[in-house]
Amino acid sequence: MIPLAIMLFKSVVVLAFLAVTTMFLVYLERKVSAHFQVRYGPMRVGWHGSLQLIADALKLLMKEDIIPKMADKWVFLTAPVLVFVSAYLAYLVIPFSPFLVVKDLNVGVLYVLGVTSLTVLAILMAGWSSNNKYALLGGLRAVAQIISYEIPLILSIIPVIMLAGSLSLSRIVEAQHTFPFILLQPLGFLLYLLSATAEVNRTPFDIPEAESELVAGYNIEYSGMRFVMFFFAEYLNMFTVCALAATLFLGGWQGPLLPAPVWFFLKTYFLVLVLMWMRWTLPRLRIDQLMDFCWKGLLPLSLVNLILSALWMVFYG
Amino acid sequence: MLEFFVYLIVGIIFVLGAFAASFFFAPHKPTEKKLSTYECGEETVGESWIQYNIRYYLFGLAFVIFDVGVLFLVPWALTLKSLGMFAFLEMAFFLGILFLGLAYAWRKGALEWI
Repeated sequence: MIPLAIMLFKSVVVLAFLAVTTMFLVYLERKVSAHFQVRYGPMRVGWHGSLQLIADALKLLMKEDIIPKMADKWVFLTAPVLVFVSAYLAYLVIPFSPFLVVKDLNVGVLYVLGVTSLTVLAILMAGWSSNNKYALLGGLRAVAQIISYEIPLILSIIPVIMLAGSLSLSRIVEAQHTFPFILLQPLGFLLYLLSATAEVNRTPFDIPEAESELVAGYNIEYSGMRFVMFFFAEYLNMFTVCALAATLFLGGWQGPLLPAPVWFFLKTYFLVLVLMWMRWTLPRLRIDQLMDFCWKGLLPLSLVNLILSALWMVFYG
Repeated sequence: MLEFFVYLIVGIIFVLGAFAASFFFAPHKPTEKKLSTYECGEETVGESWIQYNIRYYLFGLAFVIFDVGVLFLVPWALTLKSLGMFAFLEMAFFLGILFLGLAYAWRKGALEWI
C-alpha cells in the first residue's frame, strides 16, 4: 500500500510539473517567435505578459465544447485523452537527477519509444473521427510522417544503447560520466534531432497542420478543453524529445559545479530553443520532399551510422 | 506493475477532471450551424470518409518491415560487447538484406510520392 501511495504523490507532482512546463514553453515560444519577427509578443497581462498563459487557460476553460454532428462520437471523445496520456506516460522514466525519477525501468528506452508512439493512434483517431476533410488529410499526413521518421529515430538511438550496454535511462546517463555520447555519436545526434523534430510535427516538418492549406489539421474540430489537451500534448512531446536527446546524447544531469537538475534543464532548454530557432528559420517541406528526406536521406544514413558504430564497438568497445 | 497503473490512472483522472471542469464552467448551447462540419464556410458535400491516396498504405507497409527489423536490433545492441565479431557479422548480413529491400523498393518507385 505504501509504494502505491508514494506513486500517487509522485504522479500528482509530475502532473503539476508538466502543467507549469507547458505554460512556460508556450510563453517562451510566443516570446521567442515574436522577437524573431521584431515584435514584443504578449505584453499586457502581468510583467511582460508573464500571466498571459493563465488568462488563456481560463479563457479556454470557459469555451463551449462542440462535438460535430457528423463525428464518430466515442472515438472523437477518446482521442484527446489518449493524446495527453501518451505524452504524460513518458515522464515515468525520464531522469531529472540521480534521485528525481519517478521509476527507473530497466527497459526505459523501449518504454519511452512505445508510449510516445501511441500519439500516432490518437492523432489518427482524431483525424478520422472528426469526419472533416481537413482533419482527415492532416491525420493521414501525420501518421505517414510519424511512422516514417520513427525508424531513423530508433536507429539513431541504438548506438547509444550499444555504448551504454543498458536500456535504463538512468544507467545511460551514468555511463556518460567521463564524456557525453555526442562526442562518439555526432551523426547519431544530428539524425536523432532531425527525426525527433519530425516526430513532434514541428516546422519544417509540420505539414500535418500546415495552417495555410489545412487550417489546423487533425485537431480542427476540437474546441475548449479538448483542444487544450492536443496543444498540451504537442508541447509536452517537444519537451520529451529534447529531454531524451539531453539524456541520451548530452549526458543528462551530469555536469560540473551546478546541481544535477540544473544541468538537465539547461541542456533540455538549449535544445528546445534550437527547435524554436529551426521553426522560424526554415520553410515548410512539401510532402514528397518530406518523405524523400526520410526514406532516401535519413534512413540509409542512420543504417550506415549503425553499422559503423557496431564495427567500432567490436574493435575498440 | 501496480505502480504503473496508479501513474496511468492519475493521468486519465487529470484529463477527465479537466473536461468535467470545463463542463461546469462552459456554456452549452448547440445549434444546427454550430454542430455542422467546418469547411471554411462552405456547405459540406458528402462524407469525409472516402478513399485516399494508396501511398499511405505503401509507406505503412515499409514501416512495418523496418520496425520489426529494428526490434531485433535492440537485444543485439545490448549484448554486442560480449558477443563480439560473430554477432556483428550476423547482424551485418541481416541489415544487408534489409538494405537490399530498401534499394529494391527505391528502384521500383515505391518510395516516390506522386
